[in-house]
Amino acid sequence: MALLSNTAVLLGKELRTEFRSRELLTTTLVFILTIMILFSFTLQSSGGDSRSVGPGLLWLAILFAASLMLQPGFLREQTNDTLSALRLAVSDPFAIFLAKLIASAIFLLLMEILLLPIFAILFNVHILGVFPQLVLVFFLGSLGIAIPGTAFSAISAQARMRELLLPLLLLPLLTPVLVASTEATAGLLSVQPALQGKWLGFLAGFDVVFLTALWLFGEYLLEE
Amino acid sequence: MAKRAILGLVTVGLVVAAAFASFYVVPMERTMGPIQRIFYFHAASAWAGMTAFFICFVGNLMYVWRREPKWDWLGVSAVEVGLAFTTIVLITGPIWAHPVWGIWWTWDWRLTSTFVMCLLYISYLLLRTLIEEPDRRALLSALFGIFAFLDVPLVYFSIRWWRTQHPQPVVMGGPGSGLEPTMRKVFFFSVLAMHALMVLLLSERYKMEKLSGEVDELRREAEAQ
Repeated sequence: MALLSNTAVLLGKELRTEFRSRELLTTTLVFILTIMILFSFTLQSSGGDSRSVGPGLLWLAILFAASLMLQPGFLREQTNDTLSALRLAVSDPFAIFLAKLIASAIFLLLMEILLLPIFAILFNVHILGVFPQLVLVFFLGSLGIAIPGTAFSAISAQARMRELLLPLLLLPLLTPVLVASTEATAGLLSVQPALQGKWLGFLAGFDVVFLTALWLFGEYLLEE
Repeated sequence: MAKRAILGLVTVGLVVAAAFASFYVVPMERTMGPIQRIFYFHAASAWAGMTAFFICFVGNLMYVWRREPKWDWLGVSAVEVGLAFTTIVLITGPIWAHPVWGIWWTWDWRLTSTFVMCLLYISYLLLRTLIEEPDRRALLSALFGIFAFLDVPLVYFSIRWWRTQHPQPVVMGGPGSGLEPTMRKVFFFSVLAMHALMVLLLSERYKMEKLSGEVDELRREAEAQ
């Protein structure tokens, strides 16, 4: 129970910090849009059908943006050494990870929901009928990005070249999330929309595996 | 010294015997012809590489648990040897694929996932170069190694469901698969030979890592005084 109450307090802190400035959200949102537009240029020049590659583009853009957005998670705690204070304050260091990863997943999901209408217009797909299912896919996918992302941002914060290191560690590991989310999204946006339980289950499995690993090994990531 | 020389000779003998057997003992494969003989090195290297990555995983877990530098040395040595074998797989694969499929590379599940696994372990080695302090480097890379190893089956299955061109598993596959008996014997002999080579390389690499760890330690002590 201490874990839950600690997490709730820390989550409140994370959300407050972000919503006070909203700088992470706005910059990442613009970043995703820019990447999506740039990608579609390269595809149109090679004659690709932008509608069929839309879901892949969207998820690739989200993945790139997330690998940058997750960067400050632990870096921010280093400037005034607030991480030591956090570690002393909580009974289980897992609460620190849990709060940060839930916050990141919320930010990602929020951005995705804001982006979906723009995406639907740009790529000429219908999202209204399948909106709740889409949100479910995006929720599981964002969680899949946020869990290892938060763990690795704790690693990269302790290394040199951290800005480059986090995407390098994170992106190959997220291949399964990219494949599963893209397939699930493509299934929902096809002519006959269908929620593919196989991919949803896979995403949920991915989340469970890495959440368990983080729960088991998270405390070592924060050792002095 | 004598022991190392004998072990080295035995390993070289095994690998040479496996090469001989794959060229002269096994029958010619009916549709693919002589190029199929590369299979005995291609698949055996893949198995040896996977074993090396598994050894790394065990080393990583043991380091996090016991915090003894030897487990860190084992982890990094196993990754380097594993990457060497995976490189053999990624080079012999296209050599085999080109005459049989007509292309060097295809985005098939096993090729792609082997490539992704390779990238994950290259990231592991890169991460190590970016952390100065030895204990921190050992701990953080061990934790990354654990995450990476957990990811390997997930990568395999996600890409497998996504697309497939590679032949279905021949060895230990489903019903209807299987190798001709001589091929099977030679294949498992090759697997044994490649594992012997992997263990030899691993133990040599481990000794190097141990020496460099000890030199590092001495240098630190000298600087502290």
